[in-house]
Parts: sequence; structure tokens; C-alpha cells
Amino acid sequence: MSEENKQALGGGEFIIKDTDAMDIFIPEEFGEEQKMIGQMCTEFLAQEVVPVIERIDAAEEGLMPSLLEKAGEMGMLGISVPEELGGFNKNFVTSMLTTEKLGAGYSFSVALSAHTGIGTLPILYYGTEEQKNKYIPKLVSGEWKAAYCLTEPNAGSDANSGKTKAKLSEDGKNWVITGQKMWITNAGFADVFTVFAKIEDDDNLSAFIIDAHSEGITLNPEEKKMGIKGSSTRQVFFNEVKVPVENQLGERQIGFKIALNILNVGRIKLAGAVLGGAKETMDQAINYANERNQFGRPISKYGAIKYKLSRMAIKIFASESAVYRASQNIDDKIHSLIDSGMEKSKATLKGIEEYAIECAVMKVHSSEVLDYVVDEGVQIHGGMGYSAESAVERAYRDSRINRIFEGTNEINRMLSVDMMLKKAMKGTLDLMGPAQEVVGELMGIPDFGSGNESELELLHKYIKNFKKAVLMVAGSAAQTLMMSLAKEQEILMAISDMLIETYVSESVLLRVEKLQKTEGESEMNTLKMNAAKAYIYEAADKINILGKEALVSFAEGDELKMMLMGLKRFTKQDPVNIKELRRSIAEKMIAENKFIF
Amino acid sequence: MKILVAISKAPDTTSKISFTDGDTKFNEAGVQFIVNPYDEWYALVRALELKEANGGSVTTITVGGADADPIIRKALAIGADNAVRVDATPSDAYFVASQISEYAKDKEYDLVMTGKETIDYNGSQVGGLVAGMLDLPYLPNISKLDVAGTTATAEREIQGGEEVLETQLPLVLSASKGMAEQRIPNMRGIMAARAKKLEVIPAASGEALTEIIDYSLPPAKSAVKLIDPENAADLIELLHSEAKVI
Ligand SMILES: Cc1cc2nc3c(=O)[nH]c(=O)nc-3n(C[C@H](O)[C@H](O)[C@H](O)COP(=O)(O)OP(=O)(O)OC[C@H]3O[C@@H](n4cnc5c(N)ncnc54)[C@H](O)[C@@H]3O)c2cc1C
Repeated sequence: MSEENKQALGGGEFIIKDTDAMDIFIPEEFGEEQKMIGQMCTEFLAQEVVPVIERIDAAEEGLMPSLLEKAGEMGMLGISVPEELGGFNKNFVTSMLTTEKLGAGYSFSVALSAHTGIGTLPILYYGTEEQKNKYIPKLVSGEWKAAYCLTEPNAGSDANSGKTKAKLSEDGKNWVITGQKMWITNAGFADVFTVFAKIEDDDNLSAFIIDAHSEGITLNPEEKKMGIKGSSTRQVFFNEVKVPVENQLGERQIGFKIALNILNVGRIKLAGAVLGGAKETMDQAINYANERNQFGRPISKYGAIKYKLSRMAIKIFASESAVYRASQNIDDKIHSLIDSGMEKSKATLKGIEEYAIECAVMKVHSSEVLDYVVDEGVQIHGGMGYSAESAVERAYRDSRINRIFEGTNEINRMLSVDMMLKKAMKGTLDLMGPAQEVVGELMGIPDFGSGNESELELLHKYIKNFKKAVLMVAGSAAQTLMMSLAKEQEILMAISDMLIETYVSESVLLRVEKLQKTEGESEMNTLKMNAAKAYIYEAADKINILGKEALVSFAEGDELKMMLMGLKRFTKQDPVNIKELRRSIAEKMIAENKFIF
Repeated sequence: MKILVAISKAPDTTSKISFTDGDTKFNEAGVQFIVNPYDEWYALVRALELKEANGGSVTTITVGGADADPIIRKALAIGADNAVRVDATPSDAYFVASQISEYAKDKEYDLVMTGKETIDYNGSQVGGLVAGMLDLPYLPNISKLDVAGTTATAEREIQGGEEVLETQLPLVLSASKGMAEQRIPNMRGIMAARAKKLEVIPAASGEALTEIIDYSLPPAKSAVKLIDPENAADLIELLHSEAKVI
């Protein structure tokens, strides 16, 4: 596939356009070097992190920073940082792979992601040459550790409402910062803080790079948390902290924009990281199910357990398909911007911003897949899963934070729809045209199909129909409610979930289609196809219910009736033996005693 | 010091083992291959340590097809200077050893190292055969190796204790657990591996002396039989007739 011929869709465009399976990236296509980098991460966790996980969670003094330093020696803190700043200049997909592999590292992976993500990226993307040269090489080597101070006791989801203030000192040489930050990951050992504060009476935040050892900075004790107990989380107080004016990051009042853009990256990275955790739990669950005997046989022989194992695997497989599809879109966009003369860090930001909808969507989906996986992981372990000595118990507790930070899943759901509608209003995404077409179709005679479509054609038809369902519901909600739609969060949330299911369903289908076209028939590809079919089968019913919830909340009379009929049509599928599809996957995993995809 | 390390690919320990073609071939479908751990963790890493301490070079040699290249590049990423692959199917230990010794014979290696066995076929033959073919001393199953000048001191575990051996370079040895610690290739090593030379050479003449006729899996563990303590006679009978241990 030559790069030039790729038909890359813009951000959010998946809902109105089709994608050629050959144009997406699938994880089966990782090259030898990428695999080696992934393996480096896995071996690092096995050798350095897992053996000391109890000590990490007991917050043993100095242990986490020393592990970050070791990660720095390995080069894991600068995978996509340019070489001139000490990094390895790898593309977004490769850095996503390392994020995924390291995502199996419990608290360690939170500390590492915070350092390499929200800790390092603001400076990398918005810093001046001097700022980058001063900080980035030391952050990449692990000599300095970073934290990101945005949240305040009264400014969480509403981050721009922060009260931390910056005033210019009388001699004009320093910003003087005063305020309180809360929930700051890595605060306990960080050397560098990126701090968001308002200059004087500005409406918007500005950003500052602050030496964590500056006079006037104090920390509260470690928060006592439900999970990720080994990750340092503390409140940080700034009491008239002097910051040299050259440490202002970016222009005045663009801090909020920095914060949002960094969160875009963080969201899709979180989606990748949680997949690593989910695969780990998946393996543990399969192992346990094979080992544990009840009523004279391993519990993996029971259908109830097979059901769980297969659904866990199917969700992971589907979510992974979408995460890497979006990652490659981001990479392609970055490269095309660089080719057109844009500087790399700017191009990276723009590339990620383009796919902000996909980033938000995948943050929600993957974090909820992880929660499903750890929940069933515990269930498969029975009482042992409730024991603090089992790995799944830790996974269960550690998972929960992922739906809260990097923007709560509610905020991300709302954002995904909001961004879509904004794009439509700006004219960068033609939602209304296709939405009208769908309404037109509702009046016409339904397409019953030829009856002899191939399996792939049929599945593609389902996905097209999902898109129609989203366009119909979102389009008519926007038209009926106009500006008040923003206040109808229940409807927004339903639309967002329809969007998520559609994106993930399409991604998993494109993946298996590409596999069929490039690799041909094999036992594994049949199982992957089964996973796609099972995912799409469940998605149809979900989309139906969500669509109904939304429609009955704003439409009435004949219009409602017509749309409900349409929704039924758009989510209709030929019956499949879902039990057999799931079993095929479970049985293979049970035989192999590991996650197979 | 000039060191040659023989490395081979082996299935990952979590692989499910099965056979094809009427049980005459190992089924490689879906199997993940790794560098044979004895070759990687012990032989290669100790070779690199010796090179770092004394200067010199570390070359790896593999007898195998292009499917072995990923594991060879891993060895390069860990730190080997260059690699050679003899492009042939590693049909048996004698054939592999003759290829290695043919390559090594005129290159004046101070040390030729192998793992004590591969974790798939567990043959433990290649090292000894290479030593024989090169007419060099052979130290098998070495868990510790030091070199001072041209004198090598090696330790190996023996029944109930340890044996310390001393000999002169050049020599051939096989490495067992303890000789070094696993090294994870880092980003720098992985990137550098791309530029290192992996030379593919045709096989020298040589033949296999053995042939695998068929494979079978170990019998599945049968269910445990519980015998009432009252019936000791039954137990004795079963131990005699079924388990055949008394
Ligand atoms: C362990 C941990 C580590 C963290 N690390 C960092 C860090 O390193 N740096 C940093 O700056 N922050 C960090 N945070 C903060 C984190 O980003 C915030 O907790 C998060 O953004 C949510 O803010 P909040 O806790 O104030 O919840 P709130 O904003 O008060 O939300 C409470 C609930 O209300 C919902 N809600 C809020 N607003 C709306 C709305 N408009 N519409 C509908 N629902 C709404 C939320 O979805 C949520 O369910 C961390 C938090 C934790 C727990």
C-alpha cells in the first residue's frame, strides 16, 4: 500500500464516510523493530517492576523514582522525542505500542505515563528552544521527573476555573505564583512542575515551568487511594513562589489550550495503556480458569466462564483495533503536515487535535473495557479474586481511576458529540447533508438487500446502518433542540455511546477485512472474524436501545414513529449463533492458556 | 578477545506444542520464537561482559533460515557486534556443529560459546561436537567463567557440589544458569542493531547423522486413584501391576 494512495479521513469523518480496509493500520503489521521495542517494555516490567510490585504499592521511599531512572536508561522515556533532545524520534504508533506494553505495570505505568505524557509534553510541544534544551534531555534520561499541576480543589472538570494566581514581581524578573493544586501525580518526587495559573485577572489560564524545589512550595501527605497506591498523588501548595519570567510556557492565556491539547494526547495514550493492563488480566483469568477445579473439572469447561472469557477478549480486540487505527491516522496527519513544512512538535499537536473526537471516544471505550475485564477477572477468580494476594484484586482497584482522570468519561462523552457538532457548524464536517439523506431514506422503500451478499458485505451494511442511526438521531436532535441540546446531557450521552459503538464496530470489521485480504484464511483469522461478528452483533442492540432513549426524549408523533422504525431498520441483523461465536474464541484461549489476539 | 557465540531460536516457553504431517513435523503455526535462553542470557551476555572488560569482538552464529533473523537481530540489539547466519535447515546437532566449526576453524576465536542446551530439543550436543571438530578443550555446563590473560577459570555444578576447572584459551564451552544476568536490549541497542552486519552464508558441505522419524506428546497425566487406607493390599497390587514401581 503506497502512502500516497491512502484515503485518510479527517477527524470525526468516519461517521459520514467509508474507509477502505487497506488504508488502516492493524497491530498484526508491527515490524520487527517495533516488536523488539514492545518486547523490551514487557521484559522490563517482568524483570524490574512485577517482582517489586508490593513494595511499589507500599510507596517505598525512592523506589518509584529509581524505576523511572532505569526506564530512562532503557530509553523508554523518550520514544517519540526528537533525537536532538535525547529521544528516539519514533512515530506515534510505536509510542502507542510502548504505552500499551507498559500499561501492564500497575502503579508504575501511571507514574511513567504521567512523566512522559502530561509531564514532558507541554514543554516539548510548547516550549521555546531554550526551554526544550534545558528540560527535555533530562526528562528523557530520567534524571528529572515531571508532574502536571492543573486540577485544584474547586477546579476539576472545570479546569479553567482555577484560582491559582501569577503576578509579576516589582522588578519584572519573576512571576510570583500563589495557589493550591490537588491530585498531582508524581508530586512526591517530581523535579519539574508544569503549573497552570491565571495572570492577574485574566479569564484564561497561562502555563509555567516551575522547579519543584523552589522556595514556597509545600506538599500535603500522600492521598490514601482506592488503587494505584504506589503512584504518588499529593496536593501542592504554592506560596509566593518566584518563577523566572523566562519560565512562562507559551503565550499568556493559552494555558487552557495547552492543557486541552495535552489531554487529547493523554486520552488516546490512556486508551492504549489500559489495553496492556486488560491483556494481562485476561491471561491471568484464563490461567486461573484452567487451573481451578470445581465439580470435578476445570471451571474453564463451563459455558458461563467461557462466556466471560470470550467477551473480555472480544472487547479488548475491538478496542485495540480502534486505538491503533486512530493512532495511524494521527501519524499520517503529522507526517503530511511535516511534509508541508510544519515543524514537528506543532505538526504533532495539530495531528492529534485533528483526531480529538477519536481520542475522546477511545479514552471512554478502552477504560470501560478494562473495567469490564477486571470485574470479570475477579469474578472468574471467585473468592481468590477478592483476596489482596491475587493480582486481579490489584488490577480491579487500579483500573477504576481510568474513568476519572484525563477528563472523566462523562466529560469525554459530551466532548465527543460537542466537537462533532462544532465541526458541523464550522463547515469542516458535513453532518447535515448525510443526515438529510438518511431522513430521505426513511421515506423510501427499505433496502432488503439482495439476500446473497457475502459475509463481509453484510457486515459492512450493518456498519453503514449504524452510521445512519447516529446521523438520524444526532441530526434530528440538533435540529429539534438547537442550542438547548447542550443542556440535554442524557441525549448527548446516548448519542456519544452510539458514536463510540459505531467507531469501534467499524474498526474491528476493517481489521478483520484487512487480515482476510492480506493474510487469507487461517484458524486465527476465522476466530478474529468471529470476534468482529460478535462485537457488531452486540453493538446493534446497544445502538438500538440508546437511539430509542434519545429519540423518545425529544421527538414526538409521526416523526418519532418514523424515526423509531428507521432505527429498528438500521439496527436489524440476521440472527447469528452468538454462543458458538463466543465459544470458538474461548475454547482456543483455554487450549492455548493465554489471550490469543 | 575474539568470541563466537552460537545462538538459535526456540519456542517461547508458553507455546502450545503440537505436530503436523502425521506427527513428523513440529507445528510452528502461532508459536512465538525467542532466542534460546541459555544462548542469550548466559552465553551471549557473558561474552559481552568479557568483551567490555578486555576489548575484542562478539560475533553470533546461527544455522537456520531467514525465519531466524528476528532472534539474530535481538542478539545484535543486546550488543553483539555482528552476526552470521548459515543459510540451512538445522537438521541435527552433527550438521549444525559441522557448520559452526567450518565457519570458525580459520578465524582464531579465543572462545566459542553455546548454551548448554536448547529448550526445545535439549540435545546438549553442539558444544561438544564443535570442540571435537575444532580440536579444542571443551567445558560443558559452565555457570561461571573468568578469563585472565589466556587462562580461563570456569565453574560448573556437579552432583552434590561444584567443580572448578582451569584451562588455556582457545576453548569451547556451553553455558548454564548463573554465568550472567539477562540483559534487556535498550532503545539505543535496538536502533543500533539495524546498522550491524548480518551476513548470510551458504552451508558448507556436511550431513546430518540422525533423522527425526516422529514426535509424540508425553502421555496426559491420568487421574489420581484414591485408595482407602484399609485396603493397603490394593495399593500394593496397583503399585506393582499398574505403576510398575515395585
Ligand atoms: C489518582 C489521581 C491522579 C490525578 N492526577 C492528576 C495530575 O497529575 N494532574 C492534574 O492536574 N490532575 C490530576 N487528577 C485530577 C483529575 O484530572 C480530576 O480528578 C478529574 O479531572 C475530575 O475532576 P474532579 O475530581 O474535580 O471531579 P468533578 O469535576 O467534581 O466531577 C465529579 C462528577 O461530576 C461530573 N461532572 C463534572 N462536570 C460535569 C458537567 N459539566 N456535566 C456533567 N457531568 C459533570 C464528572 O463527570 C464526575 O462524575 C488526578 C486525579 C486522581 C484521582
